[in-house]
Amino acid sequence: MRYLPKSPADREAMLKAIGLRSLDELFAPIPAEYRLSRDLKVPRQMAESEIVEWFKERSRENGEGYTSFLGAGAYFHYRPVVIDSLISRGEFLTAYTPYQAEISQGTLQSIFEFQTMICELTGMEVANASMYDGSTAAAEAVMMAVRLTGRRSVVVARSLHPEYREVLTTYATHQGMPLAVVGFGDDGRVNLEELAKAVSGETACLLIQSPNFFGTIEDADVIAEIAHKNGAMLVVSIAEALSLGIVEPPRHADVIAMEAQSFGVPVAFGGPYCGVIATREKFVRQMPGRLVGQTTDKQGKRGFVLTLATREQHIRREKATSNICTNQALVALMVNIFMTIYGKAGLRELAKQNLAKTAYAAEQFGKQGKLLFTGAPRFNEFVVATSEDPYAINSRLLGHKTVGGLPLKKFFPELGNAALWCCTEMTTRTAIDTAVGLVAESESSVRSLKREADVEEVAR
Amino acid sequence: MKHMTRKATRHVNQNEGLIFEKSSAGKGAWKLPPLDVPEVDTKKLLGSSERKDLGNMPEVSEIEIIRHFTRLSTWNYAIDLGMYPLGSCTMKYNPRVNEHVARVEGLADGHPYQPEKVSQGALRILQTLSECLIDITGMDAITLQPAAGAHGEMTGLLMVRAYHQSKGNARKKILIPDSAHGTNPATAAMVNYAVENLKSDARGMVDVAALESQMNEDVAALMLTNPNTLGVFEQQIHKIADILHAKGGLLYMDGANMNALVGKVRPGDFGVDVMHLNLHKTFSTPHGGGGPGSGPVAIKKSLEPFLPTPVVIVKPDGTLGFEYNRPKSVGRVRAFYGNFGMFVRALAYIMANGPDGLRQTTEDAVLNANYMRKGLEATYDLPYSTPTMHEVVFSDKLQAKKGVRTMDIAKRLIDYGFHPYTTAFPLIVPGAMMIEPTESESKEEMDLFIEAMTSIAEEVQEDPQLVLDAPHSTRVSRLDETAAARKPVLRWKPGN
Repeated sequence: MRYLPKSPADREAMLKAIGLRSLDELFAPIPAEYRLSRDLKVPRQMAESEIVEWFKERSRENGEGYTSFLGAGAYFHYRPVVIDSLISRGEFLTAYTPYQAEISQGTLQSIFEFQTMICELTGMEVANASMYDGSTAAAEAVMMAVRLTGRRSVVVARSLHPEYREVLTTYATHQGMPLAVVGFGDDGRVNLEELAKAVSGETACLLIQSPNFFGTIEDADVIAEIAHKNGAMLVVSIAEALSLGIVEPPRHADVIAMEAQSFGVPVAFGGPYCGVIATREKFVRQMPGRLVGQTTDKQGKRGFVLTLATREQHIRREKATSNICTNQALVALMVNIFMTIYGKAGLRELAKQNLAKTAYAAEQFGKQGKLLFTGAPRFNEFVVATSEDPYAINSRLLGHKTVGGLPLKKFFPELGNAALWCCTEMTTRTAIDTAVGLVAESESSVRSLKREADVEEVAR
Repeated sequence: MKHMTRKATRHVNQNEGLIFEKSSAGKGAWKLPPLDVPEVDTKKLLGSSERKDLGNMPEVSEIEIIRHFTRLSTWNYAIDLGMYPLGSCTMKYNPRVNEHVARVEGLADGHPYQPEKVSQGALRILQTLSECLIDITGMDAITLQPAAGAHGEMTGLLMVRAYHQSKGNARKKILIPDSAHGTNPATAAMVNYAVENLKSDARGMVDVAALESQMNEDVAALMLTNPNTLGVFEQQIHKIADILHAKGGLLYMDGANMNALVGKVRPGDFGVDVMHLNLHKTFSTPHGGGGPGSGPVAIKKSLEPFLPTPVVIVKPDGTLGFEYNRPKSVGRVRAFYGNFGMFVRALAYIMANGPDGLRQTTEDAVLNANYMRKGLEATYDLPYSTPTMHEVVFSDKLQAKKGVRTMDIAKRLIDYGFHPYTTAFPLIVPGAMMIEPTESESKEEMDLFIEAMTSIAEEVQEDPQLVLDAPHSTRVSRLDETAAARKPVLRWKPGN
């Protein structure tokens, strides 16, 4: 086996040193009746070239080379090659969590820079070293608010990513945290009247997303006011981190739970991504996850260490703020490098291109279908309602190696034939025009004659 | 010589500042293509939501970024540099082909919501890995959704709770041995179970008599790490499982140490009902300085209805798809399907090994730990003489007489070119030194490590201060952690 650095003679010499005759004797502590006497049913040992070919075949079955208009929490942005070149350095790739600070300063300093940039972008005072992803970060942020307020009820916007809401429901179920869901208005924003009614003196926090699942930018300041008036906290989930390049962050939020995938992380069928929690300094001791702090060594030289570990599971066990241990360090490093590459001016320009592409696409699609939620600003996603079933539209688009917008009926049946489309700096005008043309094909003619069942088979 | 040429030496990379200290307005490392759609008036589109300023975000060129991170990287120790014997962490070689295949275009660019018709490649990867892991563990079904080991623990306990709930009583508590990882009790608390401590016997194993007396209808499950954190296989495992099952409880196995068992014995065969795996330990996906991990949870048939949604299924037409309609499911624990990129890597690792390679890997890991034990047992105190599997735990008892503790010895190891072992864990061993070489170390590297440890033990006798002041060879000396926690500085600010 090519990964194992031992010759048969080495094994023999080592066994002899231990005083054993065979490798099997090493397993004598395991009762014989449980020992496996057959080969595992896994693929046979393969050559590297065979492995590469196997995965290339899978890649070809996986929409390789398709143009995509999908967003909804996973965004296609250009990944500068510098990112993979740097994170492939073994010193980053093959290091452990930086417990031994003297020989982990590279990881520690880069996390400190990451925390700083996340603070700058979100307008918060402290940020942690990362969480698993945006969905679990949102759930953990809510639990943090529950600990801080001593209240248990949570009010959630229906315009939060539906899968984030599902995750929160799972986390909340056994914590005795009642969840109330508040709908959205015609402009796609949280229905403020409904919200004001849902919030009470029992409410620990409101959880909204901005830009929300429909790409609409919420008026977070007004929502913060409603929360704070009731002694509740405002938790804002941000799934499209790039929006922070041109959209004002929710500065009156108490906790921001972010998904930073947009910053240089591959879409990769949904993970690994990079969640982050950012908040006010005064709440830091209830924050979950790793934190890196600055300090000095014996000679007074600047250095960095993992700090405030008394919040964490390996010290506090069942009294910890969370059970989170390992999180997403290498992905956070991708995010860090991406933020450094684009920096102060680049992030704004990049965000502006996203805005321009989306404005153009929304206008073009709006000529064929009905553009929803036009009453509020949006970032790089928009919702189009068509008379034709969006699954039928998508199945036609697939024939042109294009993946259309996400049909919303699965999550929001009340929106009927609406679909969520996303454009980024990667989306070309040609791709937009082609997709608009294909949507138009049916919108202008009679509805497709295909039975819905056939359509679903192809396009789901 | 009067005019010395300024010379770049080691000095340069040793004094790399923060990226913000290199920033100045107008520098940049990016270039966008020309916009092919009309420019927009941001004010008109965004109104008061428009952001005007990005604060202190850096502005630096590409070469500066390359140098900055390359210099930082040289301050890290890594498996690629040498032995990283962190007990319980399983720092094994991270094969490069794994990284390569994870970046194949259709996999790296696959969108989680693209239609199933054009997701067959990804679905096949999920299915193939699932089948491999199910056979390796001897279980019946699996979810790949949890993002890390601790997240897997939570998912597993959610299923335990749902299982008991379906029988009419969710039960109240989880039994956890005193040698367990901190994540176990923290997880039990997240799923709203009380934690009851279970003590170990003189051999470092579960005290079966204590288990018998503590087991009752309030206990939902025992969370057991096997081999445990002493590197000891629970020889009474069948009895432990029987005691739990007799009172309707479940056996949860923390699979952090599964690398001691793969291909030799299967948890499903010795009574485990639910367990998580750490793909970043046993299955070689990189630790990356602390993640991403991946924590699949394998279960017995009785728990299958409770799996998180969605589940991969074979559809009537033979293609693969996701099933969402599972009314008894514990729900979703993460958006999308888990850390897919880690599944690709773990599967590539399994394929590179095959059944014979996986078995030999396990054998070599156990061989190395026993060789380590043999090489050091005359020099360091071995609190438990029970047979060793994949890791061995010594204590600093002999060295403490000179005032030298486990952390000091660990720091001194750095000067010998090794990463320290795990210190002060498990908690049941005062001054623990937990060593896990893994299968990735050659006999030569093992001998070097044993020599280093032996030499340090001699230093402790002759010149303890040398060890107490270690490390002597690193860019920074021991850091003031107390000051860091007392007045936390968690971000850079201009003028800092």
